[in-house]
Amino acid sequence: MNAIVPLSTESDWTFELLQQYENEIARIAEDFQLDTYPNQIEIISSEQMMDAYASSAMPISYHHWSFGKQFLSVQNSYRRGHMGLAYEIVFNSNPCIAYLMEENTLTMQALVIAHASYGHNSFFKNNYMFRTWTDAGSIIDYMLFARKFIADCEQRHGVGEVEKILDACHALMFHGVDRYKRPYPISMHEEKRRQMEREAQLQQQVNELWSTIPVATDRGDGQAELRFPDEPQENILYFLEKNAPLLEPWQREIIRIVRKISQYLYPQRQTKVMNEGWACFWHSHILHQMYNEGLVNDGFMLEFLQYHTAVVHQPPFNSPHYSGINPYTLGYSMMQDLKRVCDAPTQEDRQWFPDIAGTPWLETLDFAMRDFKDESFILQFLSPRLIRELKLFSVVDDEEQDHLEVAAIHDEWGYQSIRESLSANYDLGNLEPYIQVYNVNVRGNRALTLRHDMHNGRPLEQENAEEVVRHLHQLWGFDVVLESVADDQVKSSIVHSELSADQH
Amino acid sequence: MTFLIDRRSNPKKKSAVNRQRFLRRYRAQIKESVAENLRGRTITADGQGEKISIPARDTRQPVFRHGQGGKITHVVPGNEEFTRGDKIPRPKGAAGGGGPGQASDQGEGLDEFVFQINQQEFLDALFDDMELPNLTKRQLSGLEEFKRVKGGFASDGAPSNLSVVRSMRSATMRRIALGAGKRTELRELEQQLQALEDSPENWEQRNDIEARMQILRDRLGRIPFIDEVDIRYHRHVKEPIPHSKAVMFCLMDVSGSMDQKTKDLAKRFYILLYLFLSRNYDKTEVVFIRHHTSAKEVDEEEFFHSRETGGTVVSSALDLMKSVIEARYSPKEWNIYGAQASDGDNWPDDASRSTQAITELLPLCQYYAYVEITQAGDKPLWLTYSPLREQWPETFSMQHITGPGDIYPVFHELFRKQSA
Repeated sequence: MNAIVPLSTESDWTFELLQQYENEIARIAEDFQLDTYPNQIEIISSEQMMDAYASSAMPISYHHWSFGKQFLSVQNSYRRGHMGLAYEIVFNSNPCIAYLMEENTLTMQALVIAHASYGHNSFFKNNYMFRTWTDAGSIIDYMLFARKFIADCEQRHGVGEVEKILDACHALMFHGVDRYKRPYPISMHEEKRRQMEREAQLQQQVNELWSTIPVATDRGDGQAELRFPDEPQENILYFLEKNAPLLEPWQREIIRIVRKISQYLYPQRQTKVMNEGWACFWHSHILHQMYNEGLVNDGFMLEFLQYHTAVVHQPPFNSPHYSGINPYTLGYSMMQDLKRVCDAPTQEDRQWFPDIAGTPWLETLDFAMRDFKDESFILQFLSPRLIRELKLFSVVDDEEQDHLEVAAIHDEWGYQSIRESLSANYDLGNLEPYIQVYNVNVRGNRALTLRHDMHNGRPLEQENAEEVVRHLHQLWGFDVVLESVADDQVKSSIVHSELSADQH
Repeated sequence: MTFLIDRRSNPKKKSAVNRQRFLRRYRAQIKESVAENLRGRTITADGQGEKISIPARDTRQPVFRHGQGGKITHVVPGNEEFTRGDKIPRPKGAAGGGGPGQASDQGEGLDEFVFQINQQEFLDALFDDMELPNLTKRQLSGLEEFKRVKGGFASDGAPSNLSVVRSMRSATMRRIALGAGKRTELRELEQQLQALEDSPENWEQRNDIEARMQILRDRLGRIPFIDEVDIRYHRHVKEPIPHSKAVMFCLMDVSGSMDQKTKDLAKRFYILLYLFLSRNYDKTEVVFIRHHTSAKEVDEEEFFHSRETGGTVVSSALDLMKSVIEARYSPKEWNIYGAQASDGDNWPDDASRSTQAITELLPLCQYYAYVEITQAGDKPLWLTYSPLREQWPETFSMQHITGPGDIYPVFHELFRKQSA
C-alpha cells in the first residue's frame, strides 16, 4: 500500500471513522488468518457499562439482588473516583458482542476493537475449552428463556421464594460444573419443551429413589455398605437437581439454569491468562501493522503505546501497587516470547522447545491458542528467558514451618520448578476447594454427606463454609454433613442438622 | 462482517430492578442507617441522595473457599535479593509469602458496604411504616386542573386527531356494503356467460350480458375509495385531576427563654414534618407563626432567626392560626396540620384561654402535634395540654424532645402506623 495518508489525525471518534478503522483492522486480522465470529460492536455510556458490569457482561439476565449490589458498589466507587471503568467488555456469543465506552478516544476505540472484536473473539471461537463447553450461538436464547422462566416463577411463587433458591444456587455455583461431560446446544423453544418434559419425569424419578417399598436385592449380609451415589459426584448442583427429595419441579429448573450459566462461564475462569494474552498480542500486532502501512500517525502510536504499556505493566512484589501476577502481562509476554522462540530461537530455546523453535510463528501461536488452557499453557510454554525477565521466584508457605522458604528462583535449577508451581496456581482444581457429594443415608434420616478433599492440607474458610452448608440444607431439605478429609481421615466436619435448622 | 451499533440512547436503567431487589432485601439495615444519618445532621431537601453504609457481613454471598493454613506455593515476580533456600519471616496477619492481601481498594473498611441512594429512596426508608392519621377524611379537592384522556371516536374533529385505522375501516365497510349487490349480480352473469356456448346464435345474448357486466363494473369502480362520511377522529375528554392540598402551620415560641439550640431542634422537627407532608400531598403550603406575648405571621427566615424577648402568651398564636384558617384555608378544601414547638413556658393566666383556643382549633385540623423541647420536667403548657390527649385521641398528640437524637424517634412515634 502506498497511500501514506493516515485515516485521521484527530482524537475524537465518529461513526464513519470507527467504520474505517474497523475495516482496516478486519482486513489485517484476515491477513493474519484470525478466525472470528461476526462482530457486533456497541457504543455505550458509562452508566450502561456499569449495568454490564453488574450482570457479568451478560447482555440479558434474570433479576437478583446480588446484581443490584454489584451495581451499587461499582457505581459508588466510580462516582467517588476510586475506580475507572473498563474501556470495553466483550461477551462470548455469536455474533460476538463488544461494548465500547463512549468516553474512549479514537485511539482507544481502535485498540479495543482490535483487542476484543478480533483478539478475544477469535479466542472464543477457537480455543478448545470454549468449543467444548460453550455454545455461542444459543446463549442469548438460553438467557432469554432463563429470564422468562424465573420471572414466571416469581409471579407464581413470590419473589422471596425464588430468591431463596437462587441464593442457595449462587453459593454453589462453582460446584455446578461438569468437567468432563459436554453439554449440547439447544434453542429456546426446544429448551422450553424439554423443560415441561423434565418437570414430569424428574419428579417421578425422585419419587422412585425415595420409594418406601423395599427392594428385594442385597439383604441379609449387610457386608457391602451401599452408598448412594455409587461414585462421588463433583457436580453438586446437578446432584441436587436430580435427587433432592423435597424440591418442586420449578425449583429444580432454577438449579438447572444456574448450573448452565456456571458451566458457560467455566472456560473463562480457566483461560484468563491466555485469553488476555492472546488479545493483547493481537491488538499490539494489528496496530503496529497499521502504523507500518502508514494508516495511523506517530501521535496515534504514542497514545496507543502508553495505554498498552499501562495494561501489561507488572509491578514487582514489593511495590505498593502489587496485587498478584497481572494476567495481561503474563499472557502477553508469553505470546510474544513464543513468537520470538519461533522467529529467533537461541540455543536454550532449542533445548527447551525442540518442537517449536524455528517453526512458522503464526501456525505455532494458533496451535497454542487452540489446544491449551492457562494451566497447561504455562506448563508447556513458559520459557526460562521469560522467567528471568519477570524475575519470578517461588515461596513455600507451609503452616508447619515457622518461616516461608524460597523454593526456586530464576536460575538453571529453578526454571522447571517455577513453571510447575505457576501452572499449579492456575489449576482450578487447586484454587477452589475440591468438594464432592459422597453419600446419602437413603435408609435412615436422608442425611447428605459431602467430602472436601484437603489438597496440600488446606482447610476451608469456616464462616463461609458454614453458610454454604446452610444453603445446601435449604436445597436438600434434610441434614447435611460436610467432612474435610486428608489421608483418608476426616479432619473436621460441619453439620447442619434438622434440629438446629429453622423449618418452614 | 461487523455491525456498529449506537446503544447510548437505550434505556440506562437496566439494573433498576436488581437495585430495588437489593434495597428491598436490606430494608431493615438501610432504615437503621438512615436513622443514624439523621441523628447527626439536618436534613436538606436538595435531592442529592444519601450515603448509606450497612454491615458488609450481611450482604456477603458465601462460597466455599480455602482458609488459612496448609501448604501453598506462591510464585512472585520481581526477585532482587533472594536465592534458593532463603528463609523469610512469615508476615503477620497477611495470607503470607507476598501473596495478594485482600486489602480494601475502596478506602472503606471491608466491614461496611457503602452505596448511594437517591432522595426518593431515602424518604421511603425514612418514612417507612409511618402514616398520616385521618388521611381519609378530606383527601381530594380542587377541580381546577384537567387532563385529556382518550374517549373513543367522533365523526368530526381536528385534522391532527384523524384516526387513519378507523377511517380506513369504515371506508372498507362502506365499500363492501355498497358493492355487495352489484358483485353478486356480476358473479351470476359471469356464470351465465360461461354456461352459454360461444356460437353465433348466442352472440346477441352474450353481448347483452357483457354490456350489463360492463355497466356493473363501471358502477363498482365509481364507489369512492374513501368518502367524507368514513372519516373518524380520536375523541378526547377532559377528566379532572384530583388534587390533595395540605397546609402546615408551624407555631413556635420565640420568647427569651427559647435559645438558638432549642430553635434548631424545632426546625429539624418542622423539616421532617414538611418532607413527610410533601410525600402525602400534591401540594403543601407552610404558614409560620411565631409568638411571644403577641403572635405574628412571618416568613421562614424571620421565623427561625430573629429573636425577641418577653413573656409568653400561647393563646395569641392559636388565635392567629384560627383567623388565618378562616381567611385563607377553608377546612373543606385543605388538610390542615398544626405543629407547635415550645420550651413549655406560658403565662399562668393564659392557661384557660389557651385551652379554649385549642379546643376551637382541633375540630378544624387533621392533626395537631405539640413537641416540648426541654430538659426539665413537665412545664406549664404541657400540663395545660395534657387533658387534650384524652379528649382528642385521634387528632392531638404531644411528645418531649431533649436533644437531636430524639427527633426522629419522637417523630416516628407521632406518626406510627396504627395497627388496625
